[in-house]
Amino acid sequence: MPLRNLLKDSAFAALVALILAIPLVGFNPIEGGKVEMRLNWVIIAVVAVFIGRIAIGLVPRRSRAVRAAPRFAPMTSRHIQWLGWMGLVAAVIWPLLPFSSRYLVDLATTVLIYIMLGWGLNIVVGLAGLLNLGYVAFYAVGAYAFAISAQYFDLSFWEALPIAGALATFVGVLLALPVLRLRGDYLAIVTLGFGEIIRIILLNWVSVTGGPNGINNIPRPTFFGLPLAASAPGGGTTFAKFFGIPFNPGQRIIFLYFVILALAMATNFLTVRLRRLPVGRAWEALREDEIASRALGINPTNVKLSAFAIGALLAGFAGAFFATRQGFISPESFTFQESATVLAIVVLGGMGSQLGVVLAAIILVTLPEFGREFAQFRMLVFGASMVGIMIWRPRGIFSNRTPSIQLGAPPA
Amino acid sequence: MSYFLQQLINGLTLGAIYALIAIGYTMVYGIIGMINFAHGEIYMIGAFVSLITFFVLGVVGVTWVPLALVLVLVSAMGFTAFYGWTIERVAYRPLRGSFRLAPLISAIGMSIFLQNYVQLLQGARVKSLPPVIQGGFKLMESNGFTVQLSYLQIIIMLLTVALMAGFSIMIAATPLGRAQRACEQDMTMAALLGVNVDRTISTTFIIGAALAAVAGMMVTMYYGVIDFFIGFLAGMKAFTAAVLGGIGSLPGAVLGGFLIGLIEAFWSGYFSSAYKDVAVFGVLILVLIFRPSGLLGRPEVEKV
Repeated sequence: MPLRNLLKDSAFAALVALILAIPLVGFNPIEGGKVEMRLNWVIIAVVAVFIGRIAIGLVPRRSRAVRAAPRFAPMTSRHIQWLGWMGLVAAVIWPLLPFSSRYLVDLATTVLIYIMLGWGLNIVVGLAGLLNLGYVAFYAVGAYAFAISAQYFDLSFWEALPIAGALATFVGVLLALPVLRLRGDYLAIVTLGFGEIIRIILLNWVSVTGGPNGINNIPRPTFFGLPLAASAPGGGTTFAKFFGIPFNPGQRIIFLYFVILALAMATNFLTVRLRRLPVGRAWEALREDEIASRALGINPTNVKLSAFAIGALLAGFAGAFFATRQGFISPESFTFQESATVLAIVVLGGMGSQLGVVLAAIILVTLPEFGREFAQFRMLVFGASMVGIMIWRPRGIFSNRTPSIQLGAPPA
Repeated sequence: MSYFLQQLINGLTLGAIYALIAIGYTMVYGIIGMINFAHGEIYMIGAFVSLITFFVLGVVGVTWVPLALVLVLVSAMGFTAFYGWTIERVAYRPLRGSFRLAPLISAIGMSIFLQNYVQLLQGARVKSLPPVIQGGFKLMESNGFTVQLSYLQIIIMLLTVALMAGFSIMIAATPLGRAQRACEQDMTMAALLGVNVDRTISTTFIIGAALAAVAGMMVTMYYGVIDFFIGFLAGMKAFTAAVLGGIGSLPGAVLGGFLIGLIEAFWSGYFSSAYKDVAVFGVLILVLIFRPSGLLGRPEVEKV
């Protein structure tokens, strides 16, 4: 673009920014009918937009045909597999490394929860092309299913895990069944609403869920019946006593880490395998072209339902793990923000890419740990980057994933 | 009886506000077949712009209420429409012809962005506006319960009806309305026949945003408190209203809006106010199961 036009465009963008910034950036109503003026903020915003627009214009524009092709030499599946194994080895030895502290293992556990959620949502959004905006609802159902069954029926984590998964799946099927017959957009808004409804129910159904106070004293998982605690209830044997090693509170953290690692790897294995089954192929076919898939004899409702249900199941497992790890849950943990974070992980990672989800989860979860500024602007950046990625790299930043099998050239 | 009447009045007021937002959903859906998830946020921005304008007018010293109302209305509609235009230009227009999920994800990204943008700029806590218009009619009194119809409620309903009539005429009888209907039927064909499709879509977003801004202004005056999260539930409910009335249909959106307002008012009046949002959501599910094309909508046929 000639410089002159670029300057004109940027000036226009700056003008737009000025008008947009005047009310919301420029003025801040404060107590007592006073208004705080923030003209300096407006100027900063306008200048930032002007410079940003020039920067975008200076990036050479690639033609559509070039843009469709991968920017880097595409990684072959062999490379990706190798990278995956490396990642797994790194994950396994992570807690045993000399520099790894309790904090680092705990952080890695959080990252793994999001990786698992991301992989679960990836089946729904990335493979089947169904936008689930209330994924956290199934996570919440799993967490509460475990917490409640532990509280009322005295079930342990391993006993309650299948229940949590089954309940989340059941709720997911119940919700999706009527909606999946319709256009995909309806599913998006229904799941969005459902995520909020679940939270309202959890907040108000005080007799069962404890309302805003949540549920306390959720039991920790045991290692084949051996509790990882200083002393076992009822004078039983603890993990430390059984193996004859001194007790250390870090053992529980590390054990939890391996539990979620196993759960996440099971999710990954399931996804990779399912993609090679007819149902996995059908998901991708439906995502690419629903009408053509129907013509080929795929039942769209059932196939979509299977993807949605598996996604809910995995979220239920992750939720049960979250409950046992925290030991305490409340509706606070299951806000729309969580759904948005998981969706951002999937979108940033490149929908359908397993490795992309891992990278995106690591970045998005550790970013707020670097400082309050990052935490404050986190959701703002997530939202903006979701828009940006859809415009510039719709298949994700980290990966270029084409459908598993494809005939001919991709459509221009 | 008097309690019922009061809930009816409250429900109609609420319904007018939902109807104004629902029009934005239904118009955008009609024309580009996409749920504009950021529409609830547009409404929230409209509410904030109104509140800010009220405060600025207070500082400047405009105290004559009718003038203040007109100025706030103009300011809210203008700035919010500009937000609507920008959002379409930045987040949706580049995605025309992209894959199916792209505009939806972009819209949800936009919605998250706007929520946090307002939260960072205006604070996470609620902002309150002292009542601007007070008083009203006492309709009847029985058993010590007074049925009130406030001036504000009258203004809200009258303004809503007037705006709706205006836009119905616009869509039925102006060149712009004709272009909109043409784009709705077949965008490519409309473009071939000389309709400026991009401009028509932009105008649709501008109108939708302006109406949402009016809704935002009304809510600011009606409840007196707003925060950055109000767009989420209001957007959900207005969308439900649009679906209930038949998405893509303008009279449907209005009807749906009033019905949703009534359902919410009666549910919280007679059952529990804690679960009023759940009730509205239940309505959405029921409509989607039994009558997905809505009350006044046409069944959708997907063409290749």
